[in-house]
Amino acid sequence: MGVMKRLTGIVQAKANKVMDRVEDPRETLDLSYEKQLEQLQQVRRGVADVATARKRIELQAQQLQLSAAKLQDQARQALAQNREDLAREALSRRAGISTQLEGLKTQHDQLVEQESRLVATTQALQTRVESFRTQKETLKASYTAAQAQTRIGEAVSGISESMTDTGLAMQRAQDKIAQMQARAGAVDELLASGTLTDLSGSSDPLQAELDKTSAQSQIELELAQMKGALAPPAPTGALTTGGAATDEADGDAADAETVDALPRPAAAPAGTAAPAGGEASPSDDLFSLGSEGSQP
Amino acid sequence: MIVRILEEGQYEVPDEELGALEALDAKLAEAIDANDADRYSEILSELAAEIRARGTALGADTIVSSGLTVPHEGTSLEEVKRLLASGDAVEV
Repeated sequence: MGVMKRLTGIVQAKANKVMDRVEDPRETLDLSYEKQLEQLQQVRRGVADVATARKRIELQAQQLQLSAAKLQDQARQALAQNREDLAREALSRRAGISTQLEGLKTQHDQLVEQESRLVATTQALQTRVESFRTQKETLKASYTAAQAQTRIGEAVSGISESMTDTGLAMQRAQDKIAQMQARAGAVDELLASGTLTDLSGSSDPLQAELDKTSAQSQIELELAQMKGALAPPAPTGALTTGGAATDEADGDAADAETVDALPRPAAAPAGTAAPAGGEASPSDDLFSLGSEGSQP
Repeated sequence: MIVRILEEGQYEVPDEELGALEALDAKLAEAIDANDADRYSEILSELAAEIRARGTALGADTIVSSGLTVPHEGTSLEEVKRLLASGDAVEV
């Protein structure tokens, strides 16, 4: 049997189970209405829960951004003190934060989607409850007519199906919140303990190795860039030429280029590493770390 | 025929359009049986898009039951399997 028919059977069986206990169709109408009102309350609470979960993730992302900025400062200080080992440690922790932020972003996207879907569900449910309330009074008034029984049956099975669907939507939203809470708890612990190592969370050893290698080269790149920034501006010869301050604009531009090019051997690799940051939209900024190379 | 996209709403799809949906439905069942998550979500998206394109959305004030039901395209293979399995426990 096709998926569409099977699912229909499942949804309707769930719906019937809820309604089968009532004998008198008129009672079924009132019970359905009561249940819809309850469900409307639940969905409204669901929207609030998803929004709270989303805000928690945003707050954590901000905290992680602060930690990352602090680690980058520490790396710079460490290098200034010729402690490359410490700088390396700080940058590798910063790389761990970047991984953590990527995970948060995925969950944030999912929660935003659930939130907008539940808001739409609430609006549809509200319209439906209102419409059902009017219909049920009409149906009850005409109950003596034989065909009214069938119509009550149809209305009740239609509304039960909608309620089951809403229930499933709520369930999915709650699942996403539970997943988010598990991760958020872990991030909170990490933030509290200050240890941000071993964050990849990957269960695939090969992927873990690949991640490590790419993180490693990113760290090397950042180290090279920091060294470049700390190094003496340029060999004296180049500076004197630039400092000659002739009024000819062409000469200045050419000299400035020479001075700029010398202390930055890592300029080209920085360009190749940049695209990920380049395509980020403003809303993504919270979930990605800027590269050292992109700073003035 | 009334078709429900779960978590979204119902569409009235003309009967002569159902053949196309059923063909996709069969492929969807194959992908689920084969445990092929990529193919599953690809076909599910296509199926949902076809329903929206060929059908007319019913307002929230229309209260009718559906002849066919599909998961929303955000539903993962794992989630849909759990949903289908939950039917085994319910006597239809």
